Amino acid sequence: MIRLPLVLFLSATLFATGVYGVLARRNAVLVLMSIELMLNAVNLNLVAFSQALRDITGQVFALFVITVAAAEVGIGLAIVILIYRNRETINVDEVNLLKW
Amino acid sequence: MTGAEVAFVIIGLVAVIGAFRVVTSRNVVRAALYLVVTLSAVAGVYLILAAEFVAWVQILIYVGAIVILFLFGLMLTKAPIGREALDNQRRGVAFLVSLAILAGLIYLFWGAFDWDAPRLDPVEGTTAAVGESIFSRFILPFEVVSFLLLAALIGAIVLSRRDDRP
Amino acid sequence: MVAAESAESIVKAIQDPSWFLRYSWLIAFLPALAAVLNLFIGKRTPGKGSIYGITALAVALVMSLGVLWTFVGGERGFYEASIPWFQIGQLHMEVGVYVDGLTAVMLVVVTSISLCVHIYSLGYMKGDVRYTWFYVVISLFTSAMLVVVLSNNLFQLLVGWEVMGVCSYLLIGHWWEDHVNSSSAIKAFITTRIGDVPFMFGIFVLVFITGFTTSNIPKISEIISGGGASVAMVSAAALLLFGGTIGKSAQFPLHVWLPDAMAGPTPVSALIHAATMVAAGVYLVGRLFIVFLDADPFVLQIVAIVAGITMLGAALMAFTQDDIKRVLAYSTISQLAYMVAGMSMGPAGRTGAFFHLFTHAFFKALLFLGSGAVIHAVHSNNMSEMGGLRKRLPITFWTFLIGSLALSGVPPLAGFWSKDELLVVAEHEGHPILFVVLLVTALLTAFYMTRAVLLTFFGDYRGHGEPHEAPPSMTGVLVALASVTVVAGLVGSPQLGAVFGKWVYFETLERALFVPWVAVLSTLAAAGGILIGYSLYRDYKERDPLTSLGGAYTLVSNKFYLDDIYWKGIIQPVRDNLAAAVYWTNQNILDAAVNGAAAFSKALGRGVRRFDDTVIDGVVNGLANIAGFTGGLLRYIQSGNVQRYAAFLFTGVVVLAIIFTKI
Repeated sequence: MIRLPLVLFLSATLFATGVYGVLARRNAVLVLMSIELMLNAVNLNLVAFSQALRDITGQVFALFVITVAAAEVGIGLAIVILIYRNRETINVDEVNLLKW
Repeated sequence: MTGAEVAFVIIGLVAVIGAFRVVTSRNVVRAALYLVVTLSAVAGVYLILAAEFVAWVQILIYVGAIVILFLFGLMLTKAPIGREALDNQRRGVAFLVSLAILAGLIYLFWGAFDWDAPRLDPVEGTTAAVGESIFSRFILPFEVVSFLLLAALIGAIVLSRRDDRP
Repeated sequence: MVAAESAESIVKAIQDPSWFLRYSWLIAFLPALAAVLNLFIGKRTPGKGSIYGITALAVALVMSLGVLWTFVGGERGFYEASIPWFQIGQLHMEVGVYVDGLTAVMLVVVTSISLCVHIYSLGYMKGDVRYTWFYVVISLFTSAMLVVVLSNNLFQLLVGWEVMGVCSYLLIGHWWEDHVNSSSAIKAFITTRIGDVPFMFGIFVLVFITGFTTSNIPKISEIISGGGASVAMVSAAALLLFGGTIGKSAQFPLHVWLPDAMAGPTPVSALIHAATMVAAGVYLVGRLFIVFLDADPFVLQIVAIVAGITMLGAALMAFTQDDIKRVLAYSTISQLAYMVAGMSMGPAGRTGAFFHLFTHAFFKALLFLGSGAVIHAVHSNNMSEMGGLRKRLPITFWTFLIGSLALSGVPPLAGFWSKDELLVVAEHEGHPILFVVLLVTALLTAFYMTRAVLLTFFGDYRGHGEPHEAPPSMTGVLVALASVTVVAGLVGSPQLGAVFGKWVYFETLERALFVPWVAVLSTLAAAGGILIGYSLYRDYKERDPLTSLGGAYTLVSNKFYLDDIYWKGIIQPVRDNLAAAVYWTNQNILDAAVNGAAAFSKALGRGVRRFDDTVIDGVVNGLANIAGFTGGLLRYIQSGNVQRYAAFLFTGVVVLAIIFTKI
């Protein structure tokens, strides 16, 4: 019913937006949110191709991605809170001890 | 242009605008709420694509749990408000990079798929079908993912525990 | 003595040398050994080391008498023995002895006088601050003189000669705390050194004559008498050798050191400056007589002229001296001139000269040691502080009187016979001028000796102390020497066979001759001198009558201004101007060249360093700086900022994706 390139176009846009968010945002939580956007774009791709190739595997894989995303967000936020506890800030620019 | 496509275009636009506002909003809570909009729109797209199980799992997990997590995270870390507080100096580079990615992706799939190809004939994305696939073909990844969740669970608890042992 | 008619040389090697001859080298060695022993353990030996020298010299004297006995017994030849020392190219250096009658006589003279001086010094140098060292040096000196007398080659002779010079310097300056003494020592050393330079060149000429193979004296004599060298070469050698004699034997113009050498202790004056060292110059001429004979005749004329001038000048200067030792010093110079004059008169004169050397050694040593006793009693050298000492120092007085009569040439004492012989030779061999000069000098000699005796022993005592007779170690020696003086002349008297001429001769025996009128003349000269002296000085009160001679007296008493001429004309310009000029040249030109080279090197070094610092270090540092700079740029990649890493990541992914799908 839907032409595949349209969906791909949407997912590409979402992905690019997510990339922008990852690179441009200072708050670590917002960076995580942008990562979620990227993951959603990927999921969209998977589901679209699942429909285009008439294989349920794409959707199963999308489910797994959602699960992993959930786990990742949980851990990610735990780390962010830990960083906040130690440094009173979650400004990504200020967490740069691994520099030269 | 079928009716499904029109609906798809509208919901897609909503998703894009939402995503755009997520990454440009000056208010973190609003960014989180815009994320809700985007995630919901994506769920809607799933429904149009006849992947109903994935759609409802999306609503359940993403909108229902993950966004709440984000809100809690924002609350616990006292996120500041304002453009200078939220965006860093590398906006220009980031914009270019994301543009490059967009251009790259479009370039990649542009001639690959026929614009006038026959419309997608949706496969049954029912729960039964998905469940059947998971528990027969993908049983091992399923178990592994459970372990992953367990590890994440334990990790999150350990990490966020206060360090006040005697 | 006159020259014999036959010209055949009777000098041959002795066939069966006696023990004394074979071990004659010990005579020179023993005193040296004594000196070394004394040097190391003398201070700890009872008697402070005098025993070594005395023993060694006693033994040496006995051995010398043994050697002489060989020749007394009729032996006429010579004994030579040597060991080769080392060889440079063709030149053979050896160490050896040559003993003939002359050597024997010299040995006896040196050892006996040295022994007398060693014993005398027991009393005279008692309590001296450097007693042991004194004995070391006089023993060493004696050894050196014996080396000169015994040596068979010129280099060995030169060694002994120079060691004597050093010992003389050390002994004159024995009391060097007083500046006058050390200056006199230096003057003596340098003046004799000036004479030693032509001497050494003379040796080189003689060695050259042998073709640079040897300096052996008999060999040289052989070559020259065999006509193996040109007359010019031989004359040059003779003149050069005579330079050494002029220095060492204090002839004009290098006589100036001997009077000043009286600053040394009196035993030293007796041993070195009367009897032995100063005689070494005469001995040299006598030993190398063939060189003088075969030289151009003008060489011997020069010798005679020098001797004549010295003889008269010294005798005149002896009148004006207040210091008793200086009187004797000028007398020595005058008597040495007698000997040199004798040498200039040919082989007969040579024998006469050595006879005079023989007798002069004894009575001059006697006179010096006697004056030493006087000085010891009065604690002053000046005759103006003496007088009337004959009652208080009787032994000294009688021995001194005997010595001065011998010196004046009063028969039958030793001096008469030797002077007479020289006069006979002068008359017989046809040297009229020299005859007159010798005679006049004899008169003058008698005159100044009478003056000395009268001023010292007669009249009233003008001094301030309590003079007393010398200890037996001193007076005993005086008596011994006086006895010898009485009889020594008899060995040369023609009436008794003139045995001396049988020991000392040149190639052929001389014919002994006694010319009565010459004898009478010389006796008259002596008597005349004594009378004049007696009349002038009989009533000496305060002023020397000779001062009434005015200008002439001033001239003579200032030693004819010769010392002043030397000082202003030679020494001061060299010391002040020449030395300063040389110093300036050294500092500014030579050192400047060296310093300039050093400064140039330093500047070069600085330039290299600057090059190294700026260019080379610049390159090295530049490389490091580039690395640092690049690193500084590259470090921004690792900013620690995760989003930046993510940006790079995404860019890379896009690029890779395009590459991998489109190629």
